[in-house]
Amino acid sequence: MILQMGWRNIWRNKRRTAVILVAVIIGVWAMIFMGALMRGIADQMVKNSIATLTGHIQLQDAAFRNDPVIEHFLKAPDKLAPVLGRLPADARWTQRIRVNAVAANARHSDGVVLAGIDPGREAKISFIGDAVYQGRYLGEDDLNGIIVGRALLEKFETRLGHKLVLMSQGADGEIASRAFRIVGVFRAELQSTEKQFVFVTLPAAQQMLKTGDEVSEIAILLGNYRDAAAVANSIRAGITDQTVTVYTWQQLLPLVSSIMKMYDGFILVWFIVVFIAMGFGLVNTILMAVFERVREFGLLRSLGMKPRLVVAEVLAESFFLLAIGTLVGNLLGLASVWLLSGSGIDLSAFAQGMEFAGMSRIIIPVVYVRDVVSADLTVFLLGLLISLYPAVKAARFTPVEAMAHT
Amino acid sequence: MDCKLAWRNIWRNPRRSILTMAAVAFATTLLVFMLSWQFGSYATMINASVRIRTGHLQVQAAGYHENREIRKVVREPQAVAAILERTPGIRAYTFRAESFSLVSSKNRTYGALVAGIDPQREPAVSTIRELVRDGSFLARGDTAEAVVGHLLAKNFRAGVGDELVVLGQGRDGSIAATTVRIKGIFNSGQDEFDRGVIYLPLAWFQEVYGMQGAVNSVVAVCDSLDVVPAAKSHIQKALAGMSGLTVLDWQELTPGLVQAIKMDLISGMLFYVILIVVVAFSIMNTFLMAIFERTREFGVMMAMGTRPGRLMRILVMESLGMTLIGVLAGIVAGSLVTWYFQVNGLVISGAEEMMRQFGLPERMYPQLSLLSIGVGAGIVLLLTCLTALYSAFRVRRLKPVQALTAV
Repeated sequence: MILQMGWRNIWRNKRRTAVILVAVIIGVWAMIFMGALMRGIADQMVKNSIATLTGHIQLQDAAFRNDPVIEHFLKAPDKLAPVLGRLPADARWTQRIRVNAVAANARHSDGVVLAGIDPGREAKISFIGDAVYQGRYLGEDDLNGIIVGRALLEKFETRLGHKLVLMSQGADGEIASRAFRIVGVFRAELQSTEKQFVFVTLPAAQQMLKTGDEVSEIAILLGNYRDAAAVANSIRAGITDQTVTVYTWQQLLPLVSSIMKMYDGFILVWFIVVFIAMGFGLVNTILMAVFERVREFGLLRSLGMKPRLVVAEVLAESFFLLAIGTLVGNLLGLASVWLLSGSGIDLSAFAQGMEFAGMSRIIIPVVYVRDVVSADLTVFLLGLLISLYPAVKAARFTPVEAMAHT
Repeated sequence: MDCKLAWRNIWRNPRRSILTMAAVAFATTLLVFMLSWQFGSYATMINASVRIRTGHLQVQAAGYHENREIRKVVREPQAVAAILERTPGIRAYTFRAESFSLVSSKNRTYGALVAGIDPQREPAVSTIRELVRDGSFLARGDTAEAVVGHLLAKNFRAGVGDELVVLGQGRDGSIAATTVRIKGIFNSGQDEFDRGVIYLPLAWFQEVYGMQGAVNSVVAVCDSLDVVPAAKSHIQKALAGMSGLTVLDWQELTPGLVQAIKMDLISGMLFYVILIVVVAFSIMNTFLMAIFERTREFGVMMAMGTRPGRLMRILVMESLGMTLIGVLAGIVAGSLVTWYFQVNGLVISGAEEMMRQFGLPERMYPQLSLLSIGVGAGIVLLLTCLTALYSAFRVRRLKPVQALTAV
């Protein structure tokens, strides 16, 4: 009965209801859509970083993280095989060598990260699997081939088939150097990645550095990144060797984790700001609706309606406005995210700026259920809360005063 | 008379008017603060980048910026210096030469950017001397000594006094090799920089790398960002006589930074416009109601001979009055908030790590300026005025007779 009154009351002035509905709808849409955009940026950043030779979990020698040199390689990677055998069925793993090196040809030299990879396994774990666009990918026993990034190729003024010399410190402490032939060129989301990494096969890297079968890390990619902490714990429990440390991607990428936390904050602030903006309109509209019906409320009161019910009736009006507004806003928000989910927003025009901020060129919005829920709850609960003000005003009209009101 | 009428109309329903003005004031406050914050952080970012590395202007051999090869040199640095001395607005300048080389300590080898800097001139241009945490900065007359980043020193497992062997390629393609002693260790907070750079005295660098007195860049800082364009064009004209040299400003030297700023500004604007549209719809009801609940009143006024134009003028004044009061209140509140943080600074908790990597201090200071106030208030005023005008135009459709019969 109260609900019915509320519903009918909001449609007594259609234009007013429509205007405030538009405000609520745009507000909710903005919360969901802009929230999804921010999540999209952060998600893309996480995905890129994980695909750039990070993985969800890594096993390293305890000292390698702070001092990534050849002495701190994993001594006996084969001993870890039983632990890796017990991983969840959808998890994949690979071992690799990653060391700082100097790449040089006749005219140029620059610092790079030398990655010695298991071509077959690595392809399923990091970006390199489908990033080669010129030449070919590494073969299993390729001892002379090297894959470099497009930006590095341009910087070194070289091309496919030419030689590139790598120098790094070998296991014996001497400088190890070896010439490779460029067999493939890869493209990456960020230019810095194209300049940073060069790929050779694991045996080639091990031969060059004279490290035997040692590797610098074992990387694991899970079916779902949310399981990282749990799986890491079970791996830790299965390892007796104290020199092996297990890291999750949050630990491996502190910068990305801190950026994600910051986005959480941004989104919350954005929700509150938008809510305040539409809150003023909501209160004002309901106040208007109340004050132009002073006589009516007086009448209801004199007919014996309890003040509590008057409050409930006004809140019901606000409830319907908020319900329709959030519903339509949600639908519009999800629809616009869905429209962009295919192509994303292309920001190639700002490629260098995106690069500077470590973001990829295309933003694909991503909806987090918890964002949508918190947006809706913010609007709904706070909306009803501020509507208490006009509602209480309405309940305070005494019948006599109200009936005398013109 | 019209003004008075409009003013009184505003206060006929004080509660409603105040809420409307508060909505406008809220939006203005927020925009003034956020824009000041953005402009302030840009200034800090540009400053950090200019002061740590690039300077405001650099004179280089054409093509050096795109491809940093040691053989692309400024042959006569003194001639360029003479030009800079004559250029108004240049506060200081220095010479640099650099080459990527292999550097080894007793048992570690890494690739690093080896840069030759003028120990006397460099401190006036960059912050490097103040960043030295351990040991001391290079001094005049130093020869085989080096200042290295703290992460690089850690990787080398070397400290002040230890020796490093540098192996690189000289200007003419020959091998450049030297042994230097670590004199100081710097910490800029930017990992990439702290891990990858080692400084030698320019004279020693020139000798080892066979530079024959040449440098790779002449770096200058100006009195302020505003004088950079004038100084640049002055230098450009003076350089016309010397072939193969070009002058680049900080925007060309760090295109990523400029684009990142533009992008931040544009995405900021997107948020603001959406926010203000929400505000505009929120307050539209007030304006519309102010008209529709007074239909009879307008009918009477029109019947007494008030032209619709005048009626509209009064209504526009009424709406504008509310918006203006709101905007003014917002400017005052926004300025106060901004001013508070401008004095005390603001720390975004959780973002310290990120700020550090971009070379920014933890505590950021918004910068209140006429621009941020003007732009902030301007956007709010524009959009709310459109809302007000839309509502006021509806009055035109009123017919006196119908209006009089309206309840």
